[in-house]
This record gives sequence, structure tokens and C-alpha cells, in this order.
Amino acid sequence: MDGAQLAQQLINGLTLGSLYGLIAIGYTLVYGILRLINFAHGDVLMVGCYMAWFGAVQFGLPWWAALMGSMLLTALLGVLIDQGAYRPLRRAPRISALITAIGVSFFLENLGLVVFGGRPKAFLRPEVFNQIYQWGSVRVLSLSLWTPIITALILAGLLVVIYRTRLGMAMRALSRDLVTVRLMGIDTNRVVAATFAIGSALAAAGGVLWAMKYPQINPLMGVLPGLKAFVAAVLGGIGNVVGAMIGGLLLGLAEILLVAWLPQLAGYRDALAFVLLIGILLFKPTGIMGEELPE
Amino acid sequence: MKRMLLAAACAVLCASLTTPAPAAEPVTLGVVFPMTGPAAVYGQNGVKGLKLAQQARPTVLGRPVQLVVADNKSDKVEASNAANRVIQKNRVQAIIGCLTSSNSLAAAPVAEQAKVPMLSPWATNPLVTQGKKYVFRICFIDPFQGSVAAKFAWANLKAKTAAVMIDISQDYCVGIAGFFERAFSKLGGKVVLKIQYNTGDQDFSAQLGAIAAAKPDIIYVPGYFTEDALIARQARELGLKQPLLSGDAAQAAELIKIGGPAVEGLYLTTHFDEKGVTTKSGKSFVAAYRKAYNEAPDSVSALSYDSYNALLDAMERAKSLAGAKVAAALAQTKDFPGVTGVLTLVQHNAVKPAVILKVQGGQFVYVATVQP
Amino acid sequence: MSRGWLTAGPLPAAHTTRRRDQRLTILACLAAAGGLWLLQAFASGYVVHMTCVAALFAVLAVSYNLINGVTGQFSLEPNAFVACGAYVTALLTLSPAEKAASFILEPIIWPLSMISIPLLPALLIAGLLTALMGFLMGFPVFRVRGDYLAIVTLGFGEVIRVVANNTQSITNGPLGLKGIPHLTDLWWSGGLLALTLFVIVRLVNSSYGRALKAVREDEVAAEAMGINAFWHKMLAFTTSAFFEGVAGGLLAHLITTISPSLFTFFLTFNLLIIIVVGGLGSNTGAFLAALLFTYGGEWLRVVEEPLNLFGLHIPGIPGMRMVIFSLILVAVMIFMRQGLLGRREFSWRWLLAFFDRRRA
Repeated sequence: MDGAQLAQQLINGLTLGSLYGLIAIGYTLVYGILRLINFAHGDVLMVGCYMAWFGAVQFGLPWWAALMGSMLLTALLGVLIDQGAYRPLRRAPRISALITAIGVSFFLENLGLVVFGGRPKAFLRPEVFNQIYQWGSVRVLSLSLWTPIITALILAGLLVVIYRTRLGMAMRALSRDLVTVRLMGIDTNRVVAATFAIGSALAAAGGVLWAMKYPQINPLMGVLPGLKAFVAAVLGGIGNVVGAMIGGLLLGLAEILLVAWLPQLAGYRDALAFVLLIGILLFKPTGIMGEELPE
Repeated sequence: MKRMLLAAACAVLCASLTTPAPAAEPVTLGVVFPMTGPAAVYGQNGVKGLKLAQQARPTVLGRPVQLVVADNKSDKVEASNAANRVIQKNRVQAIIGCLTSSNSLAAAPVAEQAKVPMLSPWATNPLVTQGKKYVFRICFIDPFQGSVAAKFAWANLKAKTAAVMIDISQDYCVGIAGFFERAFSKLGGKVVLKIQYNTGDQDFSAQLGAIAAAKPDIIYVPGYFTEDALIARQARELGLKQPLLSGDAAQAAELIKIGGPAVEGLYLTTHFDEKGVTTKSGKSFVAAYRKAYNEAPDSVSALSYDSYNALLDAMERAKSLAGAKVAAALAQTKDFPGVTGVLTLVQHNAVKPAVILKVQGGQFVYVATVQP
Repeated sequence: MSRGWLTAGPLPAAHTTRRRDQRLTILACLAAAGGLWLLQAFASGYVVHMTCVAALFAVLAVSYNLINGVTGQFSLEPNAFVACGAYVTALLTLSPAEKAASFILEPIIWPLSMISIPLLPALLIAGLLTALMGFLMGFPVFRVRGDYLAIVTLGFGEVIRVVANNTQSITNGPLGLKGIPHLTDLWWSGGLLALTLFVIVRLVNSSYGRALKAVREDEVAAEAMGINAFWHKMLAFTTSAFFEGVAGGLLAHLITTISPSLFTFFLTFNLLIIIVVGGLGSNTGAFLAALLFTYGGEWLRVVEEPLNLFGLHIPGIPGMRMVIFSLILVAVMIFMRQGLLGRREFSWRWLLAFFDRRRA
């Protein structure tokens, strides 16, 4: 592989990795606080894409307005799921909440099939993202350059929220010890709701960028990105926002480079994430940036 | 409470065991189509065609025709389940379906074993009817479609070399890619690269990178519309300028909606286009379809319409609904004036013309009709 | 947990109840065999088919429950085991001619291209190979617990599917295997169900079974009592893999076409609904819920088919069944976490006491 091709693949990997990272943040926030793998996260992403599609394609909103609207509505959906399905189970064994999350995931997928139909819908790609830049033999879509930039901005904003606001302080406290925080007079349910809102809005953003890259959406589109983003979150150390982003980037680069260097193994691309997952859990269960978790 | 639930469970069990058999009065036809899943587009269009056919011709042998639609979910296993269900539970006299070759290959042994005639509107893989007594199709088969594509690539697109992208989840794609290669090599062309992908893949940059390195004159992508559209977009983004050539599975409005400007100039071989209609029945079908659904009919709706009529014709010629007699009559179908052209069944497969279309200005444009 | 059903009625002497229970069990088996014979002779092919599916799902549910419910190790891998069993059995029974005709991507590798053996040895080999796979998988898998265990086992299921898609000279890739002989009948599926119930109920009621439950309730305490938690988990996992593999083999010979897309997480999800609705940990619950799921699922098809009710046309909604199933799962978790049966099991004493009370 020559330098130009390598540069091309690195940009592809960076784009894909940013998307995984953006989705992984939602997993990591919720897991950090509730110790719950929010299985439905990928499907929340799918609903976010359909919201944006309705906004942009059906109602003719400009793309940024559709994106904002979709993030808002998806945040609301995240809160609804938490209040309706997870909150009644806060004191139940953790496995019960996980089973419920699996149920919610299948519910969203199948409801999506019934409501939106199985036919894929064509997604839009605004002109800003549809430019092609060429340097020598390297051709890059402007969307591929914008995706890491947008992701970095979102991550910076999120870090400000977590480390510089009262809500962020409450979230960090909650991830240490939920019961004590409740005893200290903090409305834990509001903090959890805020966490779900933030995580779901980020899923919508990641989903819309994903759908712009591969411009079609269908009710099952969230499954694989969701699972892989979870792996990215574990890779980075679950509970850690920066770790989730790093894990996402690593996974994205690993997938693209596997296909680029060993094209005969391209078919195994979707298994790579899980092989990595099994490897990490065996050798370094806390991931790259993770702290020791209490049992 | 729990005991009541248990009792309810038992009641459900009993109820499901004693489902009454439907009355024998109407002639029931099982329609085993993909109504959900990746191929749902075709299933829904096919049912539209069948409904028109039923409205135009509601009876056979003096009995009303009833259509029982069973969803095969675009899935091989569900296809054999659904065929089993319409045969055993609905006691259908014949099956129209399935649409994709993969699903038809799974359902065909079920129909064959139950001795129920099965007529597929759209399954073009030759293995579907091979060695079967009760399985037929109203469309041409892939050796013909592949050779039409190869001749078109060689003579009209002046291609000497081709790259082929194969969706290895689909019997249809694997089959037609092979027939294309055979025909193209016979003409003197060369397939320089064959590369695989799977239904549902979204990123084709690795495959397209290899194609860019091989520099073929054309790219043959006989896949389904979603993947074809994504392949076209990514190919143009990577700077590949070769013409794309595809097959009948790409003929769906979504190809153009998803592909946008990237699919402009894409050629495809298919069964039917409203501008290529020659028969009288075809003209009235197009008018009725446009009136009922306010859109242009596609291949699947037209072929489904033809399947319904060919099947009813066979029942009338057989003067019976017995599976063996209907199958024998179907095998004799000759010069049937279908909306997709005049066709004759030879060894259970239709021999009929193919149509070549091109995407131009965001629409499928009629290019030519190729006689068998 | 409530033991209401179990303690009904006065306790008779132990040896007389055991003999009575054995006789009743043998009677019930004979009655079940008679029922199967009647179904085979008189029921339509459709009912026979559904009964076979129900029996195989009951096998899968009871064996899945052994690891998830009885041992308390929440895992999500049955699709991998069923896939392994189905492919191994099908590859062993398919005729060489059929294999040659359907392997159009890559020719099938040598020894498999020649082999064609009867169903029984094929099933045994499939079960043993699947158990071996479970055994090997157990080493990495049981180093983690809780939700990580769930995700790792789910990952294994995905990996198996990807491997099946890519090893085209063995599995025929995504095209799958066609023309598998239709050999599964009521006797095969009913027989496997009886065998599975016998082995797993015996296992659960043995000292091993009590150790498994101890691991579920408190792993640390169980270890302190001298129970090797790891090897007991392995025992449950391998046993469950064996029966899931054999059931997979029979499933392949029932539906006659298999491909990797059949063995996605969706299959595991269906089994999860079954064991959760039945009550995690109850074999009786898993058995009943499997029957309820299969027959109820067929019955629920009415919501997907158009309906004419008193002249009112209600269009069918394809896909609605799965929406209902997922809602049931969520509702059971929120409102009735014990499922239908909790951890209670069927016993003859309960049934007799039930009839006594009715008579009184």
C-alpha cells in the first residue's frame, strides 16, 4: 500500500471511528451511572435518523434544523424509555434491567418495521458535506473531514458539562455511589433523566452523520453500529467519556485497516469488534482508560 | 391470578389446535411474497399487480378467486414455512411466488412435495425449476439475462474488460454473475476481477479500491437496489468513472432515490417497461395500474399480473383444480399474450424478450428490447 | 420464594410417594406417546409441523434455562450452539450429489463431500461437537460475570455467524444448505424432549443441581462451602450446549433449508422471552412457555392477516407479532418478574392435591 492509499484509509478510519465514539459516549454515560448496558441505544439512534428524515425530507427543513429537532425528540425518547422501562427496575437485580433493555431494543426495531416499513428510505446529504477534495490520488468527501471535527466539538462541550457544571458534578457523584448521593438530597432521577437525554441526543447526532455517509436508513440500521459502539465503550474503559471516544477511534481504524491490509479477510470485519471485546475482557477488563470497578 | 393465566394458556393451546378448515367454495391461491424485510419493495408492488389482475378477472371455472398473502419476510426459512402454511392451513390450489430466487429455491421443494403447482413471477435463477414437476416461472432465466448484459456491454458499451461485484447472500447474484462471465468471455471480453459483498453491507470502499486498481472498462453489479445505489455513490466518490451495468433486481424507485446523481447512466437488464409494451393487454394493464396507484408499473407488478392470468388460463384449460392437471396445463402454455410480452413456457421457464433500461434525469428510460 | 404449591396436602411416607410418582410419570409418558401417535395419524401436516417446532423449542428453552435460570449465569449464546448443531448434522446427512449441486461459491472440502450418514449418529456427533465448543468457549466466558458475560456470549454468537458466512467451502456461506432431508417427525422431536427433560430434571434434583443453585444464589458463599463454581458452570454450559446442538440438528431436518441468517441474535431473543415468561429457573415454566410461545405465536398471526369482522375490514399489520412479543417481555420484567411459575416446578403431589381440593 502506498502513502496516498494509506492516507485515504486513515481518513476513512478516523471518520468511522468518530461515529463509533459518538455513539459509545451514550453507552458509557448510562453504564457509568446505572451499571446498565442500554441495549436499546442503537435503536434510539435509528429513531433519531427517522426523525431527521421526517424533518428534512418530509417537511423540507434545512438540514441543521432537522438535526437539532431530531436530537431534541430523541433526547425525549431516551428519557421516556428510562422512565417507562428502566426506572421501575432500579432496585431489581441488574440482569432484570438488562433483559428489559433487550426487550425495549426489539420493541423499537419491530415498531419501526411496522410504522416506517421495511423499505429503506433515501437519506439526504447536504451540499456542504457532498464536496470532494482531491490531493494527488487522495480523494476525500467533505463529510469525512467534517465528521471528526463535529465529533471533537461535541466531545469538548460534553466535557465542559461534566467537569464544569452542577449537573456534571452530580453525574460524576452518581457514578461513584448512587445511594449515598440520594441520601445527600440530590434528585437522582432528574440526573439519570438528564444522562439519558444527553446520551440519546448524541446517538441521534451520530446516527444522522452515519446516515449522511451511507445515505439510506432502515429500521434495523442501529443494531450493528450499536453493538460495535458498545465494544468501543468497553475498549476505552466503560464509564469514561474520553475513553469511549478513544475506543471508538481505535475500533474504526482497526476495521478499516484490517480490510485494507488483508482484503481476503474483509468478510470477517463484523467479527473483529467481538474478538477485540473478548480479548480485552480476558486481559484488561477495565479497558484503556477505565478505573477499577467495584464488584 | 397465575392459575388463571395458566388456564388461559391452555385455552390458547386448544384453540390453536382446532383451527377449522376454510370452506371449499372459493379457489384459493397462496401468494408467498416478501412483504417485510429487504425485498419488501418487490412484494408490495407484486401484490398491487395481483390485486388489479383479480379485479379484472375475479372468477375461474365459475368460482370466485381468493388470494391469501403470506409474508416470507425476504427470508429463506420463512419462505419454506410460509409455503407450508398456505398449503396445509389455507389449503390453496396453487402458489404464486416467491419473488427472489433464494426464497423460491427454499419454497419450491415444499410445493413439489405437496404436489401443489407453484408459479414464480420473478425468480430467474435456473435451479428454481430444475428437476421439478410442479414449479414454473413466468420470467426468463439468468443464462439469458446474463448473455443479454454481456452482449450489451460488448457491442453497445464497447467494453473489453469488466469487473463483477457479487452479492454472495443471493443465489440470483451468484448465478447471473457466472452466466455473465461465461457469455462475456465467449464474445472475447475478459472479466478482470470478481469481488464479493453481502446483502446489508454499507461500506464498499475496500472492494472499490481493488476495482480502481484493476481499471476495467465497465463494472457489472447485478445486485439489489440498496447495495447497488450505495456502490454507485461510493464508486463516484472514489473517482471511478466506468459505466455501471446491473440486472432486474435493481429496478426499483429507491435505486434512484438513494443513488441520486451517482446512478445516472446506470444500465440494467429487466423484464418490463411501460414504454416497451407491445401487447394489447399490456397497454390496458399500464393504464389500469396508473389509474389505480398513480405511478408507473414495475417489472414485478407486471410479472405478478401475468402469473395470475397464466395460472387461471391453465386451470381453465385443465378444466380442473387438481394439482397434477393444472401443472400439466401450465407446462403447455404457448404464445400467452402477457403484459410483459408474448411468452411460451419451455421446460417450465418462460422464453420471452428482455428490456434494457438506463437511468437518465432521475428516471428509468427505455433503451431497447432484446428478443430471445 | 413462595412454596405454596409444593407444600399442599399432608406428607405421606417417602418411599410410597416415590413409587407412586414413578408410576404416574410412566403413565404420563405413555399418554404423551399415545397423543403423539394420534397426532401423527390424524392431524394435518401443519399441526404436526407446529408440534415438532414446539417440542424443539421446549428442548432449547429447558436447556437454555439450565445455564440462565438454574445456574444464574445470564448468557446469550444459544444461537451459536443451535447453528453449530444444525450445520454439523446437515453436512453429515446431506447426500454427496446434493452437496455438489448447492456449493456454487466454492466446492465443498474433501471429507465432507463424500460423507453421508444416518440421522442418529449425525445428531450424536453434532451434540458432542457442540458440547465441545461450549466447553472450549467456557474457559474465556466464565472469567467474567454479570452483564459482561451476557455481552461476551452475544459476541460469540455473532462471531459464529460471521464465520459461517465466510467459510464457504464448509458452510456454503450466506447461501446456506438446501435440500436437507425432511427426517424430523413427532417421534424424533418428542423423544428428544423426553430425553432432555429426563436428564436435566435429574441433574437439577441431584447434588450437582443443588450446587448449581448455590452458585446462582451466592457464588462466594458457594465457593466457601467447597463448591468449585467454575467447573459447575462449565457442567451446566456444556450440558446445555449438547442438547441445543442436537435440537439444532433436528430443527435443520424439519425446515430443510438453513443459512447463517437463521441463527442471529433473534433466535436467542425468542428463547429469552420463553424462559423469562416461564419463570427463570423453572423447567416446568420453560416447557410450558415454549408451547405457549409456539402455538400462541401461530395464533397471533391473526393480527398480521387482514380480517373481516362484521363487515368491517381490518387490514393486517405485518410485523405486529414481534412488537407484541417484545412488549410482553418488557411487561413481564416490570410487573411480574417471577414469570408464570417463578422457580416452582411441577410435581405429582401438587397435581393430586389440586384435584383433591377441587373435589372437596
